[in-house]
Amino acid sequence: MELLLASAVGVLTAAGVYLVLRQRTFPVIVGTAILSYAVNVFLFASGRLAVHQPPVLNDAATAYTDPLPQALVLTAIVISFGMTAVVVMVALGAYLSSEDDHIDDQPETGDEGAQS
Amino acid sequence: MSHWTVLPVVLPAMMAAFIVLVVRHHVTLQRVFSLAGTVALLAIATGLVIATWDGTILLYQLGNWAAPFGIVLVADRLSTLFVFLTSLLAIFVQLYAIGSNWDTRGRHFYALFQFQLMGIIGAFLTGDAFNLFVFFEVLLIASYGLMIHSGGPERFRVGVQYVVFNLLGSTLFLFALGTIYAETGTLNMADLAQRIAAAPAEHTSGIRAASVMLLMVFAVKAAILPLHFWLPSAYAAAPAPVAALFAIMTKVGAYAIIRFYTLIFPPDLEATQGLFDTWLLPAALLTLILGMLGVLGARRLDRLVAFAVIGSMGMLMAAVSVFTPQGIAAALFYAIHSTLATAALFLLVDVVRDRREGNLLTFDLAPPIAGGALVAGMFFAAAIAMAGLPPLSGFIGKLLILDAAMADARMAWVWAVILGMSLIAVIGFARAGSTIFWRAHASEAAFDQGPPPEDEGALAPLPALPMVAIGGLLATLVAVTVFAGPLQRHLAATAEQLFSPAPYISTVLETPGKEITYKGHADDSHETDSGLGTATEQDETQAEEEAH
Repeated sequence: MELLLASAVGVLTAAGVYLVLRQRTFPVIVGTAILSYAVNVFLFASGRLAVHQPPVLNDAATAYTDPLPQALVLTAIVISFGMTAVVVMVALGAYLSSEDDHIDDQPETGDEGAQS
Repeated sequence: MSHWTVLPVVLPAMMAAFIVLVVRHHVTLQRVFSLAGTVALLAIATGLVIATWDGTILLYQLGNWAAPFGIVLVADRLSTLFVFLTSLLAIFVQLYAIGSNWDTRGRHFYALFQFQLMGIIGAFLTGDAFNLFVFFEVLLIASYGLMIHSGGPERFRVGVQYVVFNLLGSTLFLFALGTIYAETGTLNMADLAQRIAAAPAEHTSGIRAASVMLLMVFAVKAAILPLHFWLPSAYAAAPAPVAALFAIMTKVGAYAIIRFYTLIFPPDLEATQGLFDTWLLPAALLTLILGMLGVLGARRLDRLVAFAVIGSMGMLMAAVSVFTPQGIAAALFYAIHSTLATAALFLLVDVVRDRREGNLLTFDLAPPIAGGALVAGMFFAAAIAMAGLPPLSGFIGKLLILDAAMADARMAWVWAVILGMSLIAVIGFARAGSTIFWRAHASEAAFDQGPPPEDEGALAPLPALPMVAIGGLLATLVAVTVFAGPLQRHLAATAEQLFSPAPYISTVLETPGKEITYKGHADDSHETDSGLGTATEQDETQAEEEAH
């Protein structure tokens, strides 16, 4: 269980970092999404791994799994989902307005650029 | 428990919802409500500053839950200072947005603006580390919208970089928070301070890793080398009022560093020794060097100001990483000054762009700017403040930082870099100002083919409201300079409060509220934590046993 979870976090993070370092927007966005999965699994494990335990504390329960990381993960999932939607829209806007999906800086040409 | 503490967060949130739902088709009404909301915000912030002036710490328990379980908002001198600064800046920025019609060049400017204020102020007030993450996301998602306000290929392209960079920062933030929670079992900042101070010395590797990750996250926000790459393009491409508001965003990172590394990882904590001496101080000095070289090397006025922001953050963090009460007080003074000065400069850059022929911001020769005397005068004043020349507040701020660095072992380095880079900044600003404002007149002969006739229209008098906004920012800078003595005494008191966190911790943890009542283990109930806290400690011992 621990080995499986730790390697899942590791592989997801490695894949995410690799994709984020690409030059075009689509792999980068997929990379950020994969990184957010990695961090969600990581957060989930931060309350220790407990199998078949209720996430609530009541008088009958002899043991329980920490519910707080589950709440944190829920928040993180919602936020990263929203953020992914935003970055997709911004990247789409960038692609449609310039017909170019490179994410890195093009050489600075001096006078062209941020004109209102 | 007074509800005034939560009001600076609730008010912009309600205002944003109201603007987007009710008055989204009426620009005038949006302007009125947004500005009125911000004025009310400034009034509340002033009230909070007065209420915390004598060192009182105001606590607000959301849902009335007691501290380690519920989320708390805490207003002390440091928080209220930044809340006040934010609302003051927001008023001037909105005046400029109204006067320059930036708000009509895209949709939902004011709703996003108010959400941005909510996120920034929430980040300043919260007393919970995960809640800080949530407020960071609120301010970021609003800033993404503002960043690409009014569109255009360049703005979108830079916007993607900005969003992706900050998404990665947020991911790292979550990793850090997960590590901290796994190590301590809490995310309340006061509770964290207690538990990390009590952590056994041989089990601090996770805490060390988390503290470095958090420092990196906040360094992304504060644009410290080598995590500054997002800033120059983003600030240069953002609409002028947005860039001016972003002047406070880098300070959010600085605030978080000051808060976390005085409260949770204080300088005398064994586990995080050397973090500031070994890493932050050199990084800050390199940031300062890079920023000021950027000022000298920039080929466009908007990028020049963006690099000045980086330089000022380097200066600020150099003062922070000296890590004495004196250093923090100097850093706070410089933070106030540089926020106002960079905002004024970004707005001035926009005025120059609007008035200059061909909307050029490069240092090519162009005919003089319409109404140039006033703009040039304001640029001169703002540049003097930014470069840290007397008589404006930048000079006082720099003097305080140099004075604070006297106590540091590496005083020679700090002095040499700050003074050398000030000279370079002066040269950079002088070159920019003289090319754009002076040489234009000298080279009018070069344009004797005559400016196109429609230029006469552009020579209309300067619109009043943008000039009022910039003038207001500069007047505030003058006020900061004139009242530097009283202000500095208050900031010294703020720093003292930061360096004796015991009242903060006890206020947060010992204020009664609703608690989780758990009848299961009544015999081994903990003093302050009932139920969950005890159970988490059991978990920890369990996990440690498993580790062995």
